[in-house]
Amino acid sequence: MTRGRIRSKIRRSNLYTFSCLRPQTTDTEGPNTVQGSRVVHCNQPQLHLKKPLKYCSNFISTTKYNVVTFLPKAIFEQFRRVANLYFLLAAVLSLTPISPFTPVSMIAPLAFVVGLSMAKEALEDSRRFVQDMKVNLRKVSVHKGDGVFGYRPWHKIRVGDVLKVEKDQFFPADLLLLSSSYEDGICYVETMNLDGETNLKVKRCLETTLSLDDDESFKDFLGKIRCEDPNPNLYTFVGNLEYDRQVFPLDPTQILLRDSKLRNTAFVYGVVVFTGHDSKVMQNATKSPSKRSTIEKKMDYIIYILFTLLVLISLISSLGFAVKTKYQVPDWWYLQPNKPDGVFDPTNPSLSGFYHLITALILYGYLIPISLYVSIEVVKVLQATFINQDIQMYDEESGNTAQARTSNLNEELGQVDTILSDKTGTLTCNQMDFLKCSIAGTAYGVRSSEVEVAAVQQMAIQEEDVDLSNFPKRRGGRHVSRDNVERASEIELETVITSSNENDLKPTIKGFSFEDSRLMNGNWSKEPNADVHLLFFRILAICHTAIPEYNEATGSFTYEAESPDEGAFLVAAREFGFEFFRRTQSSVFVRERYTNSGEPVEKEYKILNVLDFTSKRKRMSVIVQDQEGQILLLCKGADSIIFDRLSKNGKVYEETTTKHLNEYGEAGLRTLALAYRKLEESQYATWNNEFQKAKTSIGGDREAMLERISDMMERELILVGATAVEDKLQKGVPQCIDKLAQAGLKIWVLTGDKMETAINIGFACSLLRQGMKQICITTTNSDALVKDGKEGAKENILNQITNATQMIKLEKDPHAAFALIIDGKTLGYVLDDNMKHQFLGLAVDCASVICCRVSPKQKAEVTRLVKEGTGKTTLAIGDGANDVGMIQEADIGVGISGVEGMQAVMASDFSIAQFRFLERLLVVHGHWCYKRIAQMVCYFFYKNIAFGLTLFYFEAFAAFSGQSIYDDWYMLLFNVILTSLPVISLGVFEQDVSSEVCLQFPALYQQGPKNLFFDWYRILGWMGNGLYSSLVIFFLNIVIFYDQAFRVGGETADMEAVGTTMFTCIIWAVNCQIALTMSHFTWIQHLLVWGSIVTWYLFLFLYGMMSPLISGNAYQILVEVLGPAPIYWAATLLVTITCNLPYLAHISFQRCFNPMDHHIIQEIKYYKKDIEDRHMWTRERSKARQETKIGFTARVEAKIRQLRGRLQKKHSSNLSAS
Amino acid sequence: MMSSNTASSSAAVAGSADSAAPRRNSKKPKYSRFTQQELPACKPILTPRWVISAFLLVSVVFIPIGVVSLFASRDVVEIVDRYDNDCIPDNTTDKVNYIQTPGDKSCNRNITVPKRMKQPIFVYYQLDNFYQNHRRYVKSRSDAQLRDNSSASDTSSCKPEDMYNGKIIVPCGLIAWSLFNDTYSFSRNSSQLNVNKKDISWKSDREHKFGSDVYPLNFQANGTVIGGASLNSSIPLSQQEDLIVWMRTAALPTFRKLYGKIEVDLEPNDVISVTLQNNYNTYSFNGKKKLVLSTTSWLGGKNDFLGIAYLTVGGLCFFLALVFTLVYLVKPRRLGDPSYLSWNRNPGGR
Repeated sequence: MTRGRIRSKIRRSNLYTFSCLRPQTTDTEGPNTVQGSRVVHCNQPQLHLKKPLKYCSNFISTTKYNVVTFLPKAIFEQFRRVANLYFLLAAVLSLTPISPFTPVSMIAPLAFVVGLSMAKEALEDSRRFVQDMKVNLRKVSVHKGDGVFGYRPWHKIRVGDVLKVEKDQFFPADLLLLSSSYEDGICYVETMNLDGETNLKVKRCLETTLSLDDDESFKDFLGKIRCEDPNPNLYTFVGNLEYDRQVFPLDPTQILLRDSKLRNTAFVYGVVVFTGHDSKVMQNATKSPSKRSTIEKKMDYIIYILFTLLVLISLISSLGFAVKTKYQVPDWWYLQPNKPDGVFDPTNPSLSGFYHLITALILYGYLIPISLYVSIEVVKVLQATFINQDIQMYDEESGNTAQARTSNLNEELGQVDTILSDKTGTLTCNQMDFLKCSIAGTAYGVRSSEVEVAAVQQMAIQEEDVDLSNFPKRRGGRHVSRDNVERASEIELETVITSSNENDLKPTIKGFSFEDSRLMNGNWSKEPNADVHLLFFRILAICHTAIPEYNEATGSFTYEAESPDEGAFLVAAREFGFEFFRRTQSSVFVRERYTNSGEPVEKEYKILNVLDFTSKRKRMSVIVQDQEGQILLLCKGADSIIFDRLSKNGKVYEETTTKHLNEYGEAGLRTLALAYRKLEESQYATWNNEFQKAKTSIGGDREAMLERISDMMERELILVGATAVEDKLQKGVPQCIDKLAQAGLKIWVLTGDKMETAINIGFACSLLRQGMKQICITTTNSDALVKDGKEGAKENILNQITNATQMIKLEKDPHAAFALIIDGKTLGYVLDDNMKHQFLGLAVDCASVICCRVSPKQKAEVTRLVKEGTGKTTLAIGDGANDVGMIQEADIGVGISGVEGMQAVMASDFSIAQFRFLERLLVVHGHWCYKRIAQMVCYFFYKNIAFGLTLFYFEAFAAFSGQSIYDDWYMLLFNVILTSLPVISLGVFEQDVSSEVCLQFPALYQQGPKNLFFDWYRILGWMGNGLYSSLVIFFLNIVIFYDQAFRVGGETADMEAVGTTMFTCIIWAVNCQIALTMSHFTWIQHLLVWGSIVTWYLFLFLYGMMSPLISGNAYQILVEVLGPAPIYWAATLLVTITCNLPYLAHISFQRCFNPMDHHIIQEIKYYKKDIEDRHMWTRERSKARQETKIGFTARVEAKIRQLRGRLQKKHSSNLSAS
Repeated sequence: MMSSNTASSSAAVAGSADSAAPRRNSKKPKYSRFTQQELPACKPILTPRWVISAFLLVSVVFIPIGVVSLFASRDVVEIVDRYDNDCIPDNTTDKVNYIQTPGDKSCNRNITVPKRMKQPIFVYYQLDNFYQNHRRYVKSRSDAQLRDNSSASDTSSCKPEDMYNGKIIVPCGLIAWSLFNDTYSFSRNSSQLNVNKKDISWKSDREHKFGSDVYPLNFQANGTVIGGASLNSSIPLSQQEDLIVWMRTAALPTFRKLYGKIEVDLEPNDVISVTLQNNYNTYSFNGKKKLVLSTTSWLGGKNDFLGIAYLTVGGLCFFLALVFTLVYLVKPRRLGDPSYLSWNRNPGGR
């Protein structure tokens, strides 16, 4: 009887967390005072068609432009760039007589460049539009009147509509929850898209609307909501519902936010409050910051240099013009100086000079390549396409490819110095596998964790090394064969780990990798202490808050659990024969099978109370009553907590279990201890009374009281055993980290997890290893804190940092490695103060850095600290919304796609499906893109200097009058067609070494971070080369065509003939130059480079065919004038060779006598030495890496060193003994 | 260059919905050697052998070309006679005034032929310090007008020599207006040497750029400012070859233009007497005027530079090849020698 009453009192919701316990007192509170003016008429959307109740529609648009605004807005965007503005100004001026060119030759390239950028912009925007439309056209069930619901696309939803949202659907707008499929009107919501939290949140409706739980009941439902105006605050909501002539206050627990997802609940009814851009999530949408790569920033400086040069020569030119105009031109009767026009007036030379300055600025504008921007844009888009198309970065499981979401950071990938990585979802899968357990002091589970696999590998290597260490030594004490061993071990390691991965990643049962015949198939009943085993399994099956779900396809149950650990426990329990299959309001039903052959028995456990898991309590308990009436408290929690609460007779297995727990911890597993307590009915009843009282009490100390009362119950426990769950690493993570470390990258892990878990993962990823000195920086015990407050804590931290720095400085062993581990709280102190730089200094000295318990904001702050403190390129990688800050803050943000939330991906610059693809993204694509862009930019400046300066030289011979020696059309085509395609092919297709070699020789990656290809030496070298070429091209031609006849027919060369020959020389010289620069010729490069030269002749031919009104003096120039003249061809040959000679000599000498790494590797590949001399090849491969202290190769080396040390000691002791 | 990704959570939702969709396989990139950047490629590397052969090849090709060019240039016989100072009467103080005053300004010059000159012998006039490449000058012409009678009024580009008293000028512009107007006639041993003034311009110019129906109009009608030569207004422009040659503006302030051809051989020590009309004003700007008689080779006129340049570059390449060989012999490097890899060169300091 009492029991029955108790049960009737327990509402279902009471089974859930404290947080969802609603104080019973809300009814007495008055309605909220609402600040805003928003009024929503529930179920009367038609009222919202007219003003003032007309709110924005649910149509969302994230596009920048629409059809009408595109042109003005996009053009405005384009001309916000200084370079474009300069070119626009030049184009406008070209319409005036000041311009040295015809207007078309200025306007056409600008239109091309701007048009292309705008086309790219339009394409990107149209993609966004398509995405928006996909969202807008998603369907949801809407009340259409008379209790009938029908589907309607999202964008047609209006404020006031009543919606029915089903399980696993997203909410299309911000809704007021009216009722749910659960009779107490709660529902579960996943808010990953909003805040990155993976745990489910509970929402519950008002009591008054509970009855509206089927379609019919909405027939005459009417209500009025007055609430706040749209705002971006996700966690507040103020409003009142007027319903049934009463006013009810509303709070955030009744609000379902757009883009969160309904989970574990069949359906909910809700009324739309905020639509479209009024919804909280859309109010939160931020623009991601635009990022620019280091090369691009440096390019700006080059542009400044060139601009200075431009201004300088323009000044010289205009000064020359003014002087000539003043002193000489009055005598040049053939110019009719007595008939001045606006820009040419010998009587006013300073004005003429000023006009001429503008002319000159336009004329020499070729120094600042207008096409550089567009070429880079094109190249980057193509590079991005290659990244997107890379089949080796395609993930079969999720079906996602790598995506370069912003193409302007490609080359930055090749210069990364520090990687900041998230843990969950990035390094680990957030999937827990039940791997081992300890029951009644016996350890079960034979399968090894990944950490153990690695340890076993090390052992194998040790043995091998011992065998080989007796071999004769080579210089420097290196073993001849050591490299071999190392290599062999590496290979073995790789294969073993991959194979183990395969086994582990596709276990027959998800979440269960346990293997031990002693427990499986009901064999546990034959073990001693079978009753303890039974209890262990029952705890697994009962002590949780999950909901089972029958899967029709497989015929088994899947579990909707709040955390993956819990899911793993339930799966494990099922596999052991305790299948949890039904949950009602008050009971948990379990099918128990005691032997393999035996029929399962259905058992009902009445749930009396649930004492929820919180991070503070670190434990969770349920109080159940089984069918025999026995009341039990089942508890699981962190070992330290549980061990504190054991009763005297409950400590039987404590010692052995502790031992096992330590082993599990070392193996990188997550552990929990399980315990129980038997309760007398009367004992429970007294406690429950108090508990209920506390629950219904009012006031701020309610929570504390509840906690205290729960704590009273969770005592005198009896230990049953412990579980060990493996936090699965993502596929290939250790190998990838190893390779990245070899490429000289530093890896920091920033995680929200607790320190122990983070350290476990550190071990699993080889970021930590035995023998590494771990520097833990934490805020010490609370006493100190209380005493000295904040200041004391800070001082304490500073001391720790200084001590650690000192320790590292004093360390003599070159192989000593340090790991820095710091928690979020400490980090909070460190970051907000001038300790930052000491901390950074320390962190840079450490081989690996792990920050645990950090908030999303701190992640971003750490990233900024590294970025700004070291001045090096940082890359942040993460998968969740909590990583968005760090992804946006880092120089490059990489998002892991494939998991559900796409927040990180949307904020990222690149997205990959798995962490392991990072290796290829950086080491292959990054390396290539860096070199391509660097070479391309250098070449671009060379080309334009070589061309632009010839214009200046000619000026000096043309009285600085602003006349160009080339036809306008030549100049127009120079950048647009004749020389742009080869340079684009350089930027898109160039490969110094193949992708395999990039991966095999990670050390090559360092060419990027060291910036070997875009340093000032190289840039100035290229500029010098351009200067030289311009001199050669101009003066050789001028002297060759000086004044004598240039043909057998006695004709002398006019300006057109000289200009065309000069231009031919330029085309040849720059195209031969690029051919010398390239090291990789596919048919495309051949076609484009040589095709450009052919195009030039073709153009000249066709241009000559056109009416003389268009071609002017170039009419028939190739066919009639230049083609038959041998001197034209002789000059071309001479000038081309002379231009390229110094560069050829330079690279030949450099290559022969001071080769770079990629040169040697190219040669090895060219002579197929890698096939002939495999030994050398593998040896070099293993050496080709940066000195690193992390990754498993470093781990193996450390082990070898340790062993050799021991061996030497042994030897010496043996010697001394003998 | 510009980042424009608005992080939109709604779009994010769309993305996540995609990944769950059954079209996962369609997203798999199709394999092709192009998209995987595995196209067959030739990867030439600069081996010492290549470098040395390249340098040698250049020198082997260049030196003969240089020699041949030099010989060709040396074969050309060229006589240059500067006459601008000598053709002014000795007592003239104001040269500019003299040249601007109408009257007979004939002048006799004797030229001795140094070597045998085979016909055709080209007669040039050479001007110095005359900026035909000045922008104001170059632009002052109307191609449309020159070509077609119907475009005669198209003189907008000809300023300041476009109109005279409201009447259009054909051919308009500064270039045509300043047409060179010294004339030469030659005689050897008091027998007239015929100067052929036909075909001294480009054929395409005569046929397509200067119209056969375009006749000079109001040309040099402006008496106050003296220009150059006048044109016979009954001859169409397509036959006014001096004008056609002149209209091809020169690239440098020193230039020659073809005047005519003498189509008989001249023997050594022949004395040629030239009767010239010294009309053209180069005195205002101190320009020189020269009369040039020259033969041509297959490379054109006399200019040793091309040959010398070829020889220099060829020699330089030969020298480079030698140096390279020497250095290589002194300090050879086996190709693909791994000991040159950076991690092998300075172990420890990597």
